Amino acid sequence: MENFFSRYKNPLVLMAILFVQVVALATQVKRPEGSGSAASGGTRLIRVWTVMAISPFERALVASGSFVRRNFHNYIDLHDVRQQNRRLQDEIAQLKLEQVRLQQDAAQAKRLRSLLGFTQHYVGQLLPAQVIGTSGAEQSHMIQIDKGSRSGVKVDMPVITPDGIVGKVKDVFPFVSMVLLINDRDSGAGVILQTSRLQGVLRGNPQGELHVGDIMSDEKIDVGEQVVTSGGDRIYPKGLPVGMVSRVSPDRDNEPFLAVKVSPAADLSRLEEVLVVTKVAQETAQQSGQDANVRAADILSERLPSIPKPEEKKARVPNSTAPAAPAPAPASPAANATKSAPHPSVPAAPASSAPPATATKTGAAPKPVVKTEQKAANPLASTTASQKTTTPTGAPAANGASVNQNPKPKASPTPVKKLKAPAAAEVSPTPKPAASPESPQEKPPR
Amino acid sequence: MNYAAVSLTSREEIEVHRFSWPVSLGIPLLAIFIQVFFPLRLPFLSIFDLPLLVTIFFAVARRRPIPGMITGALIGTVQDAWTSLPIGVNGIAKTIIGFLASSLGVKLDVDNPGSRFLMTFTFYLVHRVIYVVIVLALVGGNEPFSWGHTLVAALANALLSVVLFAGLDKFKQRM
Repeated sequence: MENFFSRYKNPLVLMAILFVQVVALATQVKRPEGSGSAASGGTRLIRVWTVMAISPFERALVASGSFVRRNFHNYIDLHDVRQQNRRLQDEIAQLKLEQVRLQQDAAQAKRLRSLLGFTQHYVGQLLPAQVIGTSGAEQSHMIQIDKGSRSGVKVDMPVITPDGIVGKVKDVFPFVSMVLLINDRDSGAGVILQTSRLQGVLRGNPQGELHVGDIMSDEKIDVGEQVVTSGGDRIYPKGLPVGMVSRVSPDRDNEPFLAVKVSPAADLSRLEEVLVVTKVAQETAQQSGQDANVRAADILSERLPSIPKPEEKKARVPNSTAPAAPAPAPASPAANATKSAPHPSVPAAPASSAPPATATKTGAAPKPVVKTEQKAANPLASTTASQKTTTPTGAPAANGASVNQNPKPKASPTPVKKLKAPAAAEVSPTPKPAASPESPQEKPPR
Repeated sequence: MNYAAVSLTSREEIEVHRFSWPVSLGIPLLAIFIQVFFPLRLPFLSIFDLPLLVTIFFAVARRRPIPGMITGALIGTVQDAWTSLPIGVNGIAKTIIGFLASSLGVKLDVDNPGSRFLMTFTFYLVHRVIYVVIVLALVGGNEPFSWGHTLVAALANALLSVVLFAGLDKFKQRM
């Protein structure tokens, strides 16, 4: 027997080592979801030791490299800083114009969401992190970042760049975290095609390519269509850019479906700095408690025509860029009430008796001044999504969607339906004269 | 001077080397560090498998199967810790490579650049096949196997091994 062991010592040791590793492997494969749970306690210890041993050198090397590069760039950048400044000023001017348009669109979207009681998830808080390493293997697409649990990073937090999503946090250590990229074969994300509005699941493959699955072959998808997150996976907030469709072909392995290849928006092979979404703000577009307590009479007094005070009249006339509609003006608020009547008591208001002076509020004006304070038009840009829209000089009555005369859309869909027909019939018997800002019927209020 | 078992090669005496503890510990860690750090800036470098090359080098230099296996198992396990795969995939593959390389080192002259090139080329292919089999059979994953890419990677690693092993020879100590 002793002779047997001494003779076959090497193969026996080999088998013993392989057996131990196979058992360890089987334990992990049996419970694949245990990557962050107690199921992988032993293997997690190995990962912790390994990361603790090597990551300090990575951090030091990245930090020193960044220091040298930053100082070098600071010197180089001074050469063309004036020209760059001028170019950036022009860009800011253009972006401001674009921002005004986007704010109006966002305000409209918010109003519509409020009508639906829609719950929206925004990027609430971002933690910048530096990429300090990769998995080192072609078969595994992971990166390491220099922020860990001490910085508030947790498992499954989404990781993004300004260009698009990058992946999610897989393992967290005190000072380092491992991020599973979206092009890894174990990765997945709920996405939506921006134009065709088709939803699917984005998956990576061993070659590091991105594919959207679960889309039937009879759907029409154009190459170049943008892909954004759908929010359905409860990891990535909705609306974050993912990439662009680069190829559409029938999926031979999965016959009734399409193989939609996606080029990632973020350059996953050259990541240097990323943003960890440490907090996802959730906003349900409902009326606030303060708004809910507003009396119907107050709302009516806001909306329906009333006699302006003399000083108010004086203040309004010099500022108004165009005259408001005179006599037929009551039709305008009434029509508005049919769109978003806040309370069942709306029809009881003495709308017909009101003078037309409030046409400045509800009637037509050529240049509506829209004052908007909004931070969450872009989910990447904001956290609170607080928004206030006021229309001090009114808006074209015919275009209720673009600029709503009602600054606080408080109505739930149900009362609107109930009040729609009677309000329009009783209060607004005559056609609206203020449909167009350029209407010749518009005259200054008397 | 100790001598390993003489095989059917033309050489009757085959030198067995050993390494100091700092070298035995530091070079594998350095290899893993380079493997995980430099592809960050130069992604094409991920085609190289430095931990595999270090495993082969230590195994053939020591010419003892058990240290070769243990070295391969440890390096592979540490390498697995950086990936999204379960720990053990690279560990098993590199354990077998360590065993084969040390067994081969006993029988062949592996100090020649030509034999080092062929040996690394062959071991890379074997390692890749073992890796794919483990992923497919044990992990249940999807691992595509491209002969073209694998051959190019084997060639690149074999070329690098000639240079790398020549540099690592300086750390050898005769027993």
